[in-house]
Amino acid sequence: MNQNLTLLQSAIEAGKRKDAVALTRSLLDEGMAPLDVVEQALVPGMSVIGEKFKRNEVFVPEMLIAARAMKECMVLLEPLLVAAGVKPKHTAVIGTVQGDLHDIGKNLVAMMLKGANFAVHDLGTNVPTEKFVEAAREHGAELVCLSALLTTTMPAMREAVGVIRAAALPKVKILVGGAPITQEFCNEIGADGYSPDAASAVDKAKEVLSA
Amino acid sequence: MRKFTKLAVDDPLQLIFGQAPHPVRTRAGLEIGGGLVYPEINFTLPSLTIDAGGLPGICRNYEQIIQGTLRRAAELEVPGVVVEFETLPPMTEHPDWGMAIVDILLNGMAEEADRSGLKSVLRMTPNDNREFERPPLMRRGRYWEAMLELFERSSAAGAELLSIESVGGKELHDDALLNGDLPASIFSLCILGARDMEFLWNHIHGITSRHGAICAGDTACGFGNTAMVLAEQKMIPRVFAAVVRAVTAVRSLVAYECGAVGPGKDCGYENPILKAITGFPMAMEGKTAACAHFSPMGNLAAACCDTWSNESVQNIKLLAGMAPTCYMEQLAYDCRLMNQARSEGSTAAETLQRWLVNSDAALDPQAYIISPHSSIELARVIVAEDSPYKAGVAVARKAIDILESAHHGGKLRIAPNEVVWFDRLRDELDDLPGDEGDFISQRLSLADSTKFLPAEYGL
Repeated sequence: MNQNLTLLQSAIEAGKRKDAVALTRSLLDEGMAPLDVVEQALVPGMSVIGEKFKRNEVFVPEMLIAARAMKECMVLLEPLLVAAGVKPKHTAVIGTVQGDLHDIGKNLVAMMLKGANFAVHDLGTNVPTEKFVEAAREHGAELVCLSALLTTTMPAMREAVGVIRAAALPKVKILVGGAPITQEFCNEIGADGYSPDAASAVDKAKEVLSA
Repeated sequence: MRKFTKLAVDDPLQLIFGQAPHPVRTRAGLEIGGGLVYPEINFTLPSLTIDAGGLPGICRNYEQIIQGTLRRAAELEVPGVVVEFETLPPMTEHPDWGMAIVDILLNGMAEEADRSGLKSVLRMTPNDNREFERPPLMRRGRYWEAMLELFERSSAAGAELLSIESVGGKELHDDALLNGDLPASIFSLCILGARDMEFLWNHIHGITSRHGAICAGDTACGFGNTAMVLAEQKMIPRVFAAVVRAVTAVRSLVAYECGAVGPGKDCGYENPILKAITGFPMAMEGKTAACAHFSPMGNLAAACCDTWSNESVQNIKLLAGMAPTCYMEQLAYDCRLMNQARSEGSTAAETLQRWLVNSDAALDPQAYIISPHSSIELARVIVAEDSPYKAGVAVARKAIDILESAHHGGKLRIAPNEVVWFDRLRDELDDLPGDEGDFISQRLSLADSTKFLPAEYGL
């Protein structure tokens, strides 16, 4: 394996932004395809830090530092990927349902998905139900992630699932999460997957998309 | 604006449950902080849509809650109850809906007083909806107006204790927590939060003055408790959450500087520090709040409480009965134990206080930092400074020193991957400017301008 790829992966894991950008530039100068840089260094680096987070070896701040390093590398890589017609494997729309302002969990899931090379369109909090449908259609999303933290906004999540299902978006899978949400509630409202925490959201997203 | 320059309680043994230097006496005769600990019952709805059509069903829930909880309190012969009504967002947005529930609760309290003689008082806590605007409008707009209307009408109707979990500064603080960024946390709490608290609490004080109600207190729930929950979920270090907790006391203190007299709001785990400074009674929550969130100080939180709360529980059926009624019973027995200890004299009360503290303190920095001993050390640092900014920096540094010293002294267990945070946090403090104006300029240049409006904080 190219030595610089290994070094770039390590720089991402450690959140060393300057090193990561310099190594990305070197790899591109060497003629490496941008997609290979993403798939062989950036995504594995984020995957390692994500696994450490799952094992409680590091905290979110360390993960965010790694994510920022990846983001700076993507500034170099994205124009090249676009020019080559390369798109992320998956596109997701994410938001907190109407009536609910909580966004920490939602933001973490968005960050995790980006780290796994999903294109993520974050609609924010207190999102009207129709916006999920509009955004999924506009961006060609295969995944819609819904978050709720209040028991009193769980009905809004149910409504959002219903509206998305009724919107003739057959390829769209729906992932739900948030403190009061359970697998039973997920089944009851007809969502495709439930993630109990941000750390396992990427695995669940890949699982429902491959089903 | 009142400034606290010395401590009201400077002996950890005196920072104890059921006793405050300046008790609060209610119309019904509860003397909070005057020798007894009272249960403070909190509740919320099960999964329900809150809209005009659903209001009759919502009202039925609250009728059931108030009747069930107060009936059980009377059966258990509690000396008095604080009932907290913390509104859900639509109930603040539509004050008529909130008032419909206020009337139900006040009627239920009056009926139980007539039936059994049970004394009670209503704490009114409108949800702070200002953050529904993004970026938030803190001093104007429909959310601000509706919130003030609900404060005004509820206190006119008989809600005697006014409280809030205000959100000033929160629009930047969540990111500060996730980034482990202590300077950003201090900016949110001690610059933005402190300014918002002063503006807000001067308005609330005006309302209580018009209606003979009591400014009870605020809480940094959306800051310190968010940190606590994130730490509990292992997303941020407990050490960092503990330091943030210490800084939240600077923000919450502003309510008391603007006329609040307690009992402080239950979810303010910074309240022991505030009780040491102000001498006002404080509500606390701990193990009996596990229905709402986990915490690492379920026993210790009771060490200096004056009311003992369950934070919030859904009105759902449990085996014994409806959940709020079950939690009333748990609170009643906890209070009975504390009051029995007090009735047996200072030695017994101090023994129970020691057990409450020592059963939790060594296991988690967040518990250790609000122990009576630590609280008084932190309080002393806060009153020595002449601005919230300087107090925030000083109390953060003191908290790090306390935790590190306890760790090295074998009094506190801290995980190896957290120990490195002591130096990291101390380095961040060392880099801060001494002048508040310089700090504000620095942070304004770094802050995400799409997330907050400096003018809403007078900046």
